Amino acid sequence: MSPRDREPARGHDAPGRVRPYALVRGRTRTSRTDVTPVESIVVTTPLGSSATVALEPGDILRLCEMPYSVAEVSALLHLPIGVVRVLVADLEGDGHVRINLPAARQADGSVDRVLLERVLAGLEAL
Amino acid sequence: MTWFDVPDPFDERAGAMPVKLVVCGGFGAGKTTFVGAISEIVPITTEAPITEVSIEVDVGVVATKVATTVALDFGRISLDSGLVLYLFGTPGQARFRFAWDDVTRGAIGAVILVDSRRLHDAFPSVDFCEARNIPFVIAVNRFEGSLQHELDAVREALVLDAVIPVLDVDARSRADAKSTLIALVRHALLSSE
Repeated sequence: MSPRDREPARGHDAPGRVRPYALVRGRTRTSRTDVTPVESIVVTTPLGSSATVALEPGDILRLCEMPYSVAEVSALLHLPIGVVRVLVADLEGDGHVRINLPAARQADGSVDRVLLERVLAGLEAL
Repeated sequence: MTWFDVPDPFDERAGAMPVKLVVCGGFGAGKTTFVGAISEIVPITTEAPITEVSIEVDVGVVATKVATTVALDFGRISLDSGLVLYLFGTPGQARFRFAWDDVTRGAIGAVILVDSRRLHDAFPSVDFCEARNIPFVIAVNRFEGSLQHELDAVREALVLDAVIPVLDVDARSRADAKSTLIALVRHALLSSE
């Protein structure tokens, strides 16, 4: 069993937890102009690895030493996706994480055919 | 070592590029099963007991299903170095439809799973994908080993364009899930020409 398959160390019902949106002072929007897609991959930077950051942002930095999508961060840390979006945008602003955005389909609907060919080849090799 | 320990920061996935496909379909059509058949992780899902409202709505052939997905469920497939394919299931019931736009934004395509006994359940997903120009394939899930409608009849019932692939699948089968995803990406490539 890989480490990724295990249950998180604590649950959302643990005592002493604050309501999730209190962590982001009620914000659901960030300085990012677009909403971070759920599959965007979050990776802790060397700066983030060496930073002392408490609470949930610190949990995200430790988790994302391995790259995880926003959706995985949400599930593994039991935080709503909207909260994770705000927290990772803040962390990115501090240089503590990098966010790899999906590139296959642009907002105008155009697709990156080279990337699609890579996806196809990758699926065929499974 | 726990899942929370720090692994090698130079993992090649540090430069990982995410790509996304979505799996749509009616309540009980087999979305979570399909994702689980091919995902390298156990699909991360929140299942909540069915509510009284749902029991009223879902009488009939799928009444035996006792729980349904009310949160995002998704799986992951690592492709060649750096490419990570995420499969997101869209929440099945109408009251979660507000989440569809968020989940499907940027998706390269959609698999619409169809329960051949409840074809009409696929209409909202077909309408949704057509309205947003999301390339899709229809995967007719073989329940209890028998396909009650011929694939051509499904195509006709759903009023599908001739170029849209309609496949016969067992949602529990990894091979079927794989061939469905390949058909979808090929279709997305054709659609982008």
